[in-house]
Amino acid sequence: MSATMALMGNPNSGKTTLFNSLTGARQHVGNYPGITVEKREGHLKVGELDITVVDLPGTYSLTAYTQDELVARNFLIENNPDAVVTVLDATNLERSLYLVLQILELGTPVIVALNMMDEVRRKGVSIDTTRLSALLGAPILEMVARTGEGREDLLREARKAMLHQRPARTELRISYGHDLDQTLDAMQAVIESSNFLGGRYPSRWLGLKYLENDPEILALGQSSPEVHARLREMTGTLADHCRKTLNTEPESLIADYRYGFISGLLKDGVITRPTTQARFDITDKLDTVLTNRLAGPLLMFAIIYLMFELTFTLGEVPMGWVESFFGWLSETTSATLPEGLLSSLIVSGIIDGVGGVLGFTPLILIMFFFLSFLEDSGYMARMAYMLDRVFRIFGLHGCSVMPFIISGGIPGGCAVPGVMAARTLRSPKEKIATVLTAPFLSCGAKVPVFLLLAAAFFPGSGASALFWITLGGWVMALLAARVLRSTVIKGEATPFVMELPPYRMPTLKGMCLHTWERVWQYIKKAGTVILAISILLWAAMTFPGPSEEQTARFADERAATEAMAWDSDEALEEALAEIDNVEAQQALRSSLAGMIGTALEPVSKPAGFDWRTNIALLGGFAAKEVIVSSLGTAYSLGEVDPEESTGLSEKLRSDPAWNVWVAVSLIAFVLLYAPCFVTVAVIGREIGWKWAAFSVGFNTILAYGVSVTIYQVGMRL
Amino acid sequence: MQHPVTLRSMHANQSGIIDSVSATGELGRRIRDMGLVPGTPVTIMGRAPLKDPVALKLRDFTLTLRNNEADLIMVHVKESGENHQ
Repeated sequence: MSATMALMGNPNSGKTTLFNSLTGARQHVGNYPGITVEKREGHLKVGELDITVVDLPGTYSLTAYTQDELVARNFLIENNPDAVVTVLDATNLERSLYLVLQILELGTPVIVALNMMDEVRRKGVSIDTTRLSALLGAPILEMVARTGEGREDLLREARKAMLHQRPARTELRISYGHDLDQTLDAMQAVIESSNFLGGRYPSRWLGLKYLENDPEILALGQSSPEVHARLREMTGTLADHCRKTLNTEPESLIADYRYGFISGLLKDGVITRPTTQARFDITDKLDTVLTNRLAGPLLMFAIIYLMFELTFTLGEVPMGWVESFFGWLSETTSATLPEGLLSSLIVSGIIDGVGGVLGFTPLILIMFFFLSFLEDSGYMARMAYMLDRVFRIFGLHGCSVMPFIISGGIPGGCAVPGVMAARTLRSPKEKIATVLTAPFLSCGAKVPVFLLLAAAFFPGSGASALFWITLGGWVMALLAARVLRSTVIKGEATPFVMELPPYRMPTLKGMCLHTWERVWQYIKKAGTVILAISILLWAAMTFPGPSEEQTARFADERAATEAMAWDSDEALEEALAEIDNVEAQQALRSSLAGMIGTALEPVSKPAGFDWRTNIALLGGFAAKEVIVSSLGTAYSLGEVDPEESTGLSEKLRSDPAWNVWVAVSLIAFVLLYAPCFVTVAVIGREIGWKWAAFSVGFNTILAYGVSVTIYQVGMRL
Repeated sequence: MQHPVTLRSMHANQSGIIDSVSATGELGRRIRDMGLVPGTPVTIMGRAPLKDPVALKLRDFTLTLRNNEADLIMVHVKESGENHQ
């Protein structure tokens, strides 16, 4: 027999810890159709029962203001789960019960799990659960989710709920005072007599939602315009009355009465606090240092820096393994397969493309491990608290700092994990702005391009060049965010109103599961979208390719060279290699990318770029490192190792088409233009494909504008 | 008790009881959902390094609000350092 069990609760109530403890690794994360709210499901077997456990998003309330709340509410109404467990942080009972009341008002029978009971006991507080349970009319169990205490009791209770005949929906009735109750009764009569919305929702609850001006329910109500108009009229009259007599709105009164009801529940000895309560608990003590005016920011920057350094130094080792594995794979493949298109497709298209993408996996793994530590421990909320004032100026949120830093706020980052780190942002507009602007920072793949150009045109000042470029990235990202927030993502700042949860040591299991989840999502992406795009890019840089005549000419040239008399074998090899390089240049130029690059020359000229640079920049869409190697090919130097590009920088310096302003313009362009396609794919996944396409267009246009300005102004100086 | 003052104007370690909340719409809903309703005792914990947002303790937890959000909440300040909760 199968059954569904839903977990609900406030953020930081330990709901996910309980979920992990119930389902272990038998869980998967998807998305609710059409929105970015995560759908977390797992499986559990208890006796004859096959239970699907659904971890609903953590919410404080069941209004329709946030997608999380809407998802949770609709799940309860539409899926009608066999058991609903509400997980409460027992140290914070009043606010947790606010959510429970709303679920009970909906008529859903719940099992209340009082989590964190160990902390409650440590504080010397006692809760009379038998009494509270009788008052609420719902079973209450004491738990410590992180140690597993109470898990069996919970399962027993859930099993009972699932196997026995479900109790008829009985809604909790809270009195909202004379005026509201009277209107609610009248509304209920109207709703019931007209079978409003097909009787899918409890009638009193619908009345409450009308009083609260719930946008979702009001929109649904439009389907029966007559009843809708009558209900609106009733709520309008009541609202006028409330405004006149009490100077308040019905929705405020509803919240007041709910909290009043909770105070009533907790009186009469349900909670007993020790008489001599310690004023400061551990969290308050830590916060006097961690959010201190001076020490707070210093420690925060130290933590950010440490996390960044650890991510990239620890990540380097396994990244090397992944790279060497794919290097070995492509070598073996080239050796086994006959030279030709198939071999080129498999090696340059598939293996290099997917290998390059999978190379990021260790970084993502380590970054998410640290990130889940910062988030689950409660520190992330403090970072947002301390930095919000700065980021708000630019229309962002305190939580935007992490994505920015990881994307390359410190040079060497990577926008792929950076964009993924924006998940910690719960404000939708600020999140979109963060995701769109984070790719402006100097990621590790852009750095070799900067170093190459700095070495060629600002010899000896690579470090200071990099410093100014990094600063430029920050300035552009923040300014662009400001611009976006006052144009395409316009709108009031999302209310900040954020909880600073108590500091808690995260569980290792939770952190590992969380990290694995993200990494797995990324790997899946590499196998699908990214594979397809790397093949497309390979094709664009290969086809249609040189004509037969051209190929024949190079073959002749080679034969002629070989026929000549050479002093040594090395000299011959060198001469042949030169021909290979010229041929590679020709091949690139006659590919689709080469033709586009050449065709774009009139457009790119005002920014100072010729067709060679254009091809390199097109290749850079695959991965920014490719810019250096493509420039090498375009300047017929053969394959250039991005780490060792001295030859290329010499070549650029001596080329008449290049000067300091071309270099500065190119630096600006590389810093700002379209993110690499892996980043674009991740942006699409996080905030939608429309925005991913927007980021390609917007960033490229912005980059072009800046580069043209730099080049034109520079050349006139 | 004196006239209520805005939550923004209170300083660290001051306590009081919420008199009224004039926020509407989404902000109003969020504030009320977190338990900032009239009659609730609050204590200011402190402010972020740049003086904004403000952190306050109510109902056994810590909440942060931006100053412009705190403007909409009026509080009856308790005299002297006497604490609630």
